[in-house]
Amino acid sequence: MAKQLVLRGLLAGAIAGLLAFVFARIFAEPQIQAGIDYESGRDAAQTALDKAAGMPTGPAGTDIFSRTIQATLGIGVGMILFGIAMGALVAVTYAVCLGRVGNLRPRTLALLVAAGGFVSLYLVPFVKYPANPPSIGHPDTITERGGLYLLMVLCSVVFLVLAVWLGQRLQARWGNWNASLLAGAAFMVATGIVMAMLPSLGHLATNAQQFGDRATETPLPLINASGAIVYPGFPADVLFDFRLYSVAAQLILWGTIGLVFAPQAERLLRPSRPAVVVGQNPVRG
Amino acid sequence: MTSIPVSTARPTPVVLPATKAALWLVGTVIIGLALYYFIGIDQGATSVFGSDMHIHEFIHDARHLLGFPCH
Repeated sequence: MAKQLVLRGLLAGAIAGLLAFVFARIFAEPQIQAGIDYESGRDAAQTALDKAAGMPTGPAGTDIFSRTIQATLGIGVGMILFGIAMGALVAVTYAVCLGRVGNLRPRTLALLVAAGGFVSLYLVPFVKYPANPPSIGHPDTITERGGLYLLMVLCSVVFLVLAVWLGQRLQARWGNWNASLLAGAAFMVATGIVMAMLPSLGHLATNAQQFGDRATETPLPLINASGAIVYPGFPADVLFDFRLYSVAAQLILWGTIGLVFAPQAERLLRPSRPAVVVGQNPVRG
Repeated sequence: MTSIPVSTARPTPVVLPATKAALWLVGTVIIGLALYYFIGIDQGATSVFGSDMHIHEFIHDARHLLGFPCH
């Protein structure tokens, strides 16, 4: 049973990753390219400023993979492997949840598990530390940013598990509806407290020293010695579109995992339905 | 994939279904988390292959879009 669920989860994840990749290739790639173009233009302007001021300029970095590879094969492999990974985690979570989270239809549970993955592994961390296109994010702070993001993911996953457990405990006294609402509220309060306690990326010590009191790492306009703007700040429209497409890509990914996995799990767990007997799938382990 | 639950070295030939399921589930979680790590984090905040940047550069766009901190 575990094996069959896992294999179906991997398949659902691969399909989901493929769809998310197609979406990303069409919608997100132009915004990613716009971010990279902004960065190149800004670097050129900075180099010109440094030269004018007689400061040493570093050599430009060399690319390991061309933009074409990154924007097609690279993002494709990345999205599909990520989909497979998330499909695997959904299948395992589903197997663990079976029979332990109340009286749900197999396919309803599958959708709920996928929704839980979307919310806890992506959406909640995104609210605190949203996805950023290339050129936003200082290399000096990558270790801190990585740690904070993972901490946010971890808290959100743990809180969601606790909320499901809490909902079960409250169910006897408050009934399904109210217990679910109370558990949901507890989840939001707990994640809200963690979000309030964790620092904004702009407030990290390295950033505060260099750039002053700012909440984010989004580049401001580049200013020359006499105070004139020589290169604009990061374009707001590119940032918005990139983040919108980031959410959309994850929504497609998790939605597809849920919708592909749900009917397969239903078939696996209710093999008695006559019309859909494809192979012998004895319910074991 | 199919080799994960096979445990011929075990002295007892009877493998409980629960054990078998646990092997599948634990193995799957490890693979899932390893993929998550290599797509999202490796050669950024931490790196298991030192200063090599091939994985990071190859899946660069996906890492940004999936919401991981980058650069």
